[in-house]
Amino acid sequence: MTSSTVSGATAGSRSHRSRVIGRLAFLGPGLAYLIVFLLIPLGMVLSYTLFRRGRFGGVVYEATGENFTRLLDPLYLDVVIGSLKLAGLATLIALLVGYPTAYLIAQLPRKWKTIALVAIVLPFWTNFLVRIYAWIVLLSGPGLVNSALVKLGLVDKPLELLYNEGTIVTGLVYSYLPLMVLPLYAAIEKLDPQLREASANLGARPARTFMSVTLPLTLPGIVTGCLFVFVPSFGNFVIPELLGGGRSIMVGNLIRDQFLNARDWPFGATLSLALLAVLIVLLLLQAWSSRRA
Amino acid sequence: MRRPRLLYVPFWVTYVFLYTPIVVLVAMSFNAGKSPYVFAGFSLKWYGELAGDATIREGLVNTLIVATGSTVLSTVLGTLLAVGLARHARSRVLDALGVLPAVLPDLVLGIGLLVFYAAVKMTLGLHSVLLAHTVFGMAFVTAVVRTRLTHADASLEEASRDLGATPMATFFRVTLPQLAPGVAAGALLAFTLSIDEFVIAYFTAAPTTPTLPIVIYSMVRFGVTPEINALATLLLAVSFTVVIVAQRMTRLTESLS
Repeated sequence: MTSSTVSGATAGSRSHRSRVIGRLAFLGPGLAYLIVFLLIPLGMVLSYTLFRRGRFGGVVYEATGENFTRLLDPLYLDVVIGSLKLAGLATLIALLVGYPTAYLIAQLPRKWKTIALVAIVLPFWTNFLVRIYAWIVLLSGPGLVNSALVKLGLVDKPLELLYNEGTIVTGLVYSYLPLMVLPLYAAIEKLDPQLREASANLGARPARTFMSVTLPLTLPGIVTGCLFVFVPSFGNFVIPELLGGGRSIMVGNLIRDQFLNARDWPFGATLSLALLAVLIVLLLLQAWSSRRA
Repeated sequence: MRRPRLLYVPFWVTYVFLYTPIVVLVAMSFNAGKSPYVFAGFSLKWYGELAGDATIREGLVNTLIVATGSTVLSTVLGTLLAVGLARHARSRVLDALGVLPAVLPDLVLGIGLLVFYAAVKMTLGLHSVLLAHTVFGMAFVTAVVRTRLTHADASLEEASRDLGATPMATFFRVTLPQLAPGVAAGALLAFTLSIDEFVIAYFTAAPTTPTLPIVIYSMVRFGVTPEINALATLLLAVSFTVVIVAQRMTRLTESLS
């Protein structure tokens, strides 16, 4: 009613002004926060890759390329490659265990489906450190697994089950398996059962149907699930530290040490950039594969 | 539909794998003996020890302060940003920026903020953790509220504007009431994530102001004690309750709508 009494021109400029005010009021605070607490910090980390370390930590603003040459030092390159391997192995195991699990959950009756899904997610919502700690209790020298092995007579004395690469992979799979099952379940659930029936009716064996119908159609879910497990595994430093025995085994430990122990921030920043670069390549691959699907 | 028998093997392996450590942990928290490995009868004594532990209590208080503060801040900022992105800007770059903190590795966000705080010479404490947790909390609130916004009826907001309401009046009287469940869900998510968050807090907290996850981390690094089992069991009980209540609530709202 008010708008009908004002002339068209003023109404136009008023609506333009209110649009600008609206934009500022809604987008302003959040974007300002993200600029200050996200973009500027990230920009600083990126710029540090080009500078020298200060003698007592911090940076000296003298341009140098030595951080990148150091990255190619076998000492550090091996850690990066080792992390790729451990995170890759964890992802593969999670996929091999997670796919059949998600497949079966998708076939369950409705009521059991909900329960099965909640039971998958439940451990994920518990404190991350508590879940890692549970494995220390289970696997340590006098722990349950060892006493069972000794009692069954399978081994003479307790095995050293903790603090090796296998323990790290176990911890990674345990922590991120739910992130594999959920996207797989979503992809399998969407499948039209008639497609599989058609394939079977046309004489395909179950294995053939799986390879030529089910697997290709659930590929986007597989890619997403693998990404969800690989990304947090690759940059992890808590699991390798607690289950791997505290050495710098994965790139996350290396980065942490550069920032908190070695006080070499420029090199730590360069390692972080390498970490981000790997993850960005993977995200681009995922975008590419989902566009093709 | 046919369920291949063979699939039950990996299915049950998954659940046994997921729950064995948890069951052992919980059982050992009620252990009367001092050894965290040999069960010597039922007792609640480690829970008593826990109640008297000042370090843990302090960590818990710090965590609750950080989680409450960052939840309030990220809910306000995230809700405004979600409305702004959906209704006032059409920009894929800004959309991507809004979710960036949620997909960025926590380690990178943690060191970024450490570097930033050092550069502006800000002293570390609870406030620095609170501001850091707001970064990712806001991203999750924005994402949840935006999903809700796509289901909300934009024509109601248009009608409100056409009838001469200011953007603020439209927001508070038309948009926000429609968004309320999304805002509540986003706030709950931000709160839960903040309570559990370790990596970013590890880089941005002062040694004198550890949050509960940092306290747990230093205890776990030290070794296995029955007291940590008790603390872990309590934390498990809290998160299990929250998840199940949330699950029930969503089912309730689904059946109502």
